[in-house]
Amino acid sequence: MELFTNQVLAGIATGAIYACMALAVVMIYQAIDHLNFAQGEMAMFSTFISWQLMQWGVSYWAAFIITLAFSFVAGIAIERILFKPLVKAPVLTNVAGFIALFAIINSSAGLIWDFTIKQYPTPFGSSPFLGSQLISTHQAGMIGVTVLLLLGLYFFFQYTRIGLAMRAAASVPESARLVGINTSWMIALGWGMATAIGSIAGMLIAPVVFLEPNMMGGVLIYGFAAAVLGGLTSPFGAVVGGFLVGVFENLAGTYIPGVGNELKLPIALALIISVLVVKPAGLFGRQIVKRV
Amino acid sequence: MSAAEEVVGEGHQAVEAVPKRAMTLGMGTSLVVLAALLIAPVFVKNFIIFQMTMLLIYGLAVLALNILTGGSGQFSLGQSAFYAVGAYTSAVLMEYFNVNYALTIPISATVCFGFGYLFGKPALRLSGVYLALATFALATAMPQLLKLNFLEHWTGGVQGLVVTKPDAPFGLPMSQDMWLYYFTLAVTLAIYIFSVNLLRSRSGRAFMAIRDNEIAASSMGVNVSLYKTLAFGVSAGITGVAGSLGAIAVQFVAPDSYTITLAISLFLGMVVGGVGWLPGSFVGAAFIIFVPNMAESISKGLSGAVFGVLLFLVIYLVPHGARQIAILGQQFVGKLRKN
Repeated sequence: MELFTNQVLAGIATGAIYACMALAVVMIYQAIDHLNFAQGEMAMFSTFISWQLMQWGVSYWAAFIITLAFSFVAGIAIERILFKPLVKAPVLTNVAGFIALFAIINSSAGLIWDFTIKQYPTPFGSSPFLGSQLISTHQAGMIGVTVLLLLGLYFFFQYTRIGLAMRAAASVPESARLVGINTSWMIALGWGMATAIGSIAGMLIAPVVFLEPNMMGGVLIYGFAAAVLGGLTSPFGAVVGGFLVGVFENLAGTYIPGVGNELKLPIALALIISVLVVKPAGLFGRQIVKRV
Repeated sequence: MSAAEEVVGEGHQAVEAVPKRAMTLGMGTSLVVLAALLIAPVFVKNFIIFQMTMLLIYGLAVLALNILTGGSGQFSLGQSAFYAVGAYTSAVLMEYFNVNYALTIPISATVCFGFGYLFGKPALRLSGVYLALATFALATAMPQLLKLNFLEHWTGGVQGLVVTKPDAPFGLPMSQDMWLYYFTLAVTLAIYIFSVNLLRSRSGRAFMAIRDNEIAASSMGVNVSLYKTLAFGVSAGITGVAGSLGAIAVQFVAPDSYTITLAISLFLGMVVGGVGWLPGSFVGAAFIIFVPNMAESISKGLSGAVFGVLLFLVIYLVPHGARQIAILGQQFVGKLRKN
């Protein structure tokens, strides 16, 4: 039983990482209706910026704020420059664009900061949390920040005019345009916010997985999986999905014989797919009604 | 965000509709291309012949994805798994059972067809992003499954298997590479003709009806689940053939040659060639084989970035891929004829 609780706790700790990433994935999905494959790389690049700032002697929180602002602007810039011209192109062409962006960012980061693994500081310290060896204060802090972000987003989307406008632009663009919402800029804003959230995720994850250009590869996959599991239309679902995937993965690795580290990911994905076969819109997703 | 029940109108499809006549090349152009492919190896070095063989092989794999996505509107990131199954089927049959290489190809086609058909069954309930995730899971699992202990006796585990390259039969005065090229060309041609006719047939029309509007298709009496799984099976079967040919041409199979990167390349090949335009598959294959090398020769450290930029250029200039160029060319020729 103790093994079980320990594994669940460890799962929750890694789940916090996935939850962060899943939240960013859902944000951009809400705004542009696509899964952005370059999201992880964008977060990685932002994290490197903050690391560089700290190397230059900027304090953690100052670097944090500057990176957040930078990511927000960079996200908008990427949308305006690279993806706005593709609005009318087929969906699959857009996906190819994300893959291209992935290659560009990954390779540039490798050139600027090279591929050696770097330590990344944490503002929460890394002593055991409440006497538990499995969750450190950093991981607890990470969970706290994720929950705060979620609350913030909830209030933003539910109670502000601009949040309402963004929701309208994402769900029924034509009608939104008719009531005077600038849908094109709402998409750009969505990109900016998603990139900023991604950068927070990156900065929280970096102390755990260490900083290097390929640090997001695995995390993003779990982030997608978590987002899909929780339902792509629900930020709350994404966070819950993230924790579930983390716990799933840990328990499968412990209790199913012969799984080990390599098969953890396929097993987690297989479980998610079985959930999807029963609930195609994800656990908390809205069932999309099709007009015939 | 539980409020606002969303109603998604029609016109939101993953794949745009491609009329079935526009899916192939005209007779004349096809013959010219075929003639060029037949003559070319006589004039070039063995290494280039090998690359042309790989182009045909990847072209087949992209074609298979094109039938699935461009034809029936289902999206797959798992093609690398089918490719791996085909490659391993051939390699194991050739090395352990001494089966002739040419005979392994129909066998792996059958095995992969079965595998794809079975995979298509649970995938029926999923579409769009969800299907992408399911196929992605398959692609990430495949290299790990091939490394499993109890399969190691057959698959050679991490080390993989070495495949012997066949000689030209009947004492033909040809290098191994050249023979393999003509062999691949013959198989490719057969599959290409099969695919063109498949899409023109009743089944092909059913695929396209499902792609354009599933509900309308089913109300017209199309057995949606049958044809969707069938599309998966056919696509997997053709990918399996490509995998077999690939194993024979490269002379080596190992789990790490068939990762998700391969599936992503095939996907890019399809987009660059034009989704739903079969001849474009080979243009796309050329893109995924040659452009990464080109990028590497431009800048070693930034090869990924150069590749990304080139890819962006292509999708800006021709968002519909090589098909768009072909259509423009056709219109241009049409104008010339009028004058």
